[in-house]
Formats: sequence, C-alpha cells, structure tokens
Amino acid sequence: MNINLTIIGQAIAFFIFVVFCMKYVWPPLTSALAERKKKIADGLDAAERAERDLKLAQEKATDNLRESKEQAAAIIEQANKRANQIVDEAKEQAREEANRVKAAAEAEIEQEINQAKEALRAQVAALALAGAEKILEASVDEKAHAQLVEKLAAEL
Amino acid sequence: MASGTVTSSEYIAHHLTNLTFGNHPVNGLSFAHSAQEAAEMGFWAINVDTMFWSIALGLAFVWFFRKVAKSATSDVPGGAQNFVETIIEFVDDNVKSIFHYKNALIAPLALTIFVWIFLMNTMDLVPVDWIPFLAAEMGIHFMKVVPTTDVNATMGMALSVFALILYYSIKQKGLGGFLAELSFQPLGKWLLPFNLFLEVVGLLAKPVSLALRLFGNMYAGEMIFILIALLPFWAQWILSVPWAIFHILVITLQAFIFMVLTIVYLAMAHEDH
Repeated sequence: MNINLTIIGQAIAFFIFVVFCMKYVWPPLTSALAERKKKIADGLDAAERAERDLKLAQEKATDNLRESKEQAAAIIEQANKRANQIVDEAKEQAREEANRVKAAAEAEIEQEINQAKEALRAQVAALALAGAEKILEASVDEKAHAQLVEKLAAEL
Repeated sequence: MASGTVTSSEYIAHHLTNLTFGNHPVNGLSFAHSAQEAAEMGFWAINVDTMFWSIALGLAFVWFFRKVAKSATSDVPGGAQNFVETIIEFVDDNVKSIFHYKNALIAPLALTIFVWIFLMNTMDLVPVDWIPFLAAEMGIHFMKVVPTTDVNATMGMALSVFALILYYSIKQKGLGGFLAELSFQPLGKWLLPFNLFLEVVGLLAKPVSLALRLFGNMYAGEMIFILIALLPFWAQWILSVPWAIFHILVITLQAFIFMVLTIVYLAMAHEDH
C-alpha cells in the first residue's frame, strides 16, 4: 500500500484517455444524437403538415362533391323543365293538328251534304214529275206541260 | 486455492500486493519480491500490474467507443451504437442537471471516469485466483488485477480532478477571487485564518475523499472475495455468488459516485460566490 510513481502514471493515462474521449469519442456521438433528434422532430413536423394537408384535401374534396351534386341537381331540374316544355309543346301541336283535321272533315261533310242536297233536289223534281204524271195520267201532255214541269223543278 | 504450504495470512497478503518495479536500495532496478521490498523502493517505483490493467481497460474503452463513434449514424442505430448512446445520454443527462456552464471538457471527462472506473471495478468480478494463477504460471509473482484497489490509481485520478478544480477555480474567478473565496467565507473577513483553515481543509478533502471512497469500497470488496476464496472450493459459491451479485451494484455505484462528485466539484469551481 505504498504511494509511488503509479499515481503519476495513472494521472497521465487518465489525461490521455480524457483528451482522446473529448476529441474523438464525444463529439461524433453527441452530434449523431443531436442529428437524430432533429430528424425525428422534422419527421414529426412533416407528419403534422401532411395531416393538415390531408385535412385540407378532404375538405376540398367534400366541397367539390357538394358542388357537383348541386350542379347535377340543377341539370336534372333543367332537363325536367325542358321535358315538360317539350311535352306541352307537343300537346299544343297535337291539339292544333286535331282542330285542323276536324275543320277539314267538317268542310268535307258540308260539301257532301250540299252535293246530296243537289242530287236529292234533282231526284225530287223527277219524282214530283212522275207523281204528277201518274195523277194526271195521259192528260198531261208532255209537250204541253213541259214548261210547267220545268218551272216546278226549278222551284224545288 | 490456498495450498498446504501457504497460510491464510500469506495468501491474503500475496493477493493484496502489487507487482512493483523500482529501484531497490539493495537489489537495484528490479521487481519487488515482497510488500516490504516494494515499500523500501519509496516513491520512485511503479505498480506495473495496476498500470497494465488500467491502461488495457482504458484502451478497451476508447477503442470500443471510438469504433462506435466512427460509424455513428443518425439513422436507426445498431446494437453497439444503441448501447453506447445509452451510456452517453446517461452521462450527458447527469452533467446537464448538475453542471450549468459551458465547458466542452466536463461531459467527456465524466464519460471517461464513469466507464473507465466501471471497467476497472468490474475486474473485481473475475474470480480472484484466475489471473494471478496465470501470471504465476508465466513467472510473474504478484498480480493485482483490480486497479481501483490500488490507492495510487484512485489517488492519481482524484488528483487529476483536483488539478482541474484548481485550474477552473482560478480561471473562472481569477487567483484573487479564488483566494478571497478561501479567505472570506463562511465567517467574514475578521475570522480570516479560521476561514482559510476551514476552506483549505474542505478543498483538500475533495480529492482525498474521492480517492479513498473508491479505493476503500473496492479494496474491501476485493478483500471479501479473497476471504471467500479461503473456503473449501465446494462451499465458496454460497458466499461468492451473492457477494458478486451485490458487488455488481457496488462497482456501478462507485463509478457513478466518482463521476457525479467530479461534476459537482467542477461545477462548484465554476460557481461565483
């Protein structure tokens, strides 16, 4: 248990190890630790930012979706309106066409009635003449009474 | 391993004697053959075993840490880097919580103290006869493998710390400031001699307590291992295993205490009163 030179030797060794440690061991390790700390902090920041971005994008997507739905609804409404309009127009056209057809038919009927009346009138004249001939029997001279018969026919 | 020809006290004394090389008044430059011869060599002798083991362990420390430091990456760390980083952060946390000044030396100093002393203490867990037996086979008579059971080793470190205390005290406060701190506290300038006595004793007590606390703990622990080794070989484990497990705590704690006290003392040296 003697105090001897070892004390100085140990101090020198101690000094050398401390200096080595200070120059070559401590700085690279602590800088690696600091760098990693920064990386982790950056990573967390980036994650947060990404989360925020995602939220924004989601909001935007929701907005877009809502807008599109509104647009679609408007388009459908417009289309419905247009369809109704077309149907109405068609109905109107159909009604007009029907009226026109009806008018034409009525005119034709009128014409036919007139024709029939004309024909009837001619036939009635002949019938009246024949009836009168039968009543008068031979007494009616065709030649003598032709003027009368014709007058009668014209009256009918 | 006490053989028949060696008495218990001789066995213990043998295990507690360093391998000392020096200039003996009679034998000249030689290895001491006994504790008495080593004492006769006086101050100009060196404990070769202490120096060898402490430097070997110190080199192991700086080699391993340097190897990890060289390949240190801020990406995912490997196993060795993880391990080293744990120690670095542990030391750094302690330094930051105690030492609030800007000084690039303190943290690496604390790391060196902690790991180196821990490694030297850990030699205590190597069964007490293994290395001395191998050394004896190689013709080396004395071999004390735990450097921190040599008061020279602990005192060498404590005195280095003491030199740093003095250096930073003077650097921070100036020589006058440092002397004033020693003279005018704690009782004012009218009791200057008393103050000076008190403060100088307090100052000197720092390295002495630092050295002797570590030395005493490790020496006592080693002593108990040696005593246990005197038991019959089949009974030794009953005591040596619990003691070794307990000693794991002691060696870590002593390394930690040395480190923390060093930081505290250096923080006090930076403090301005």
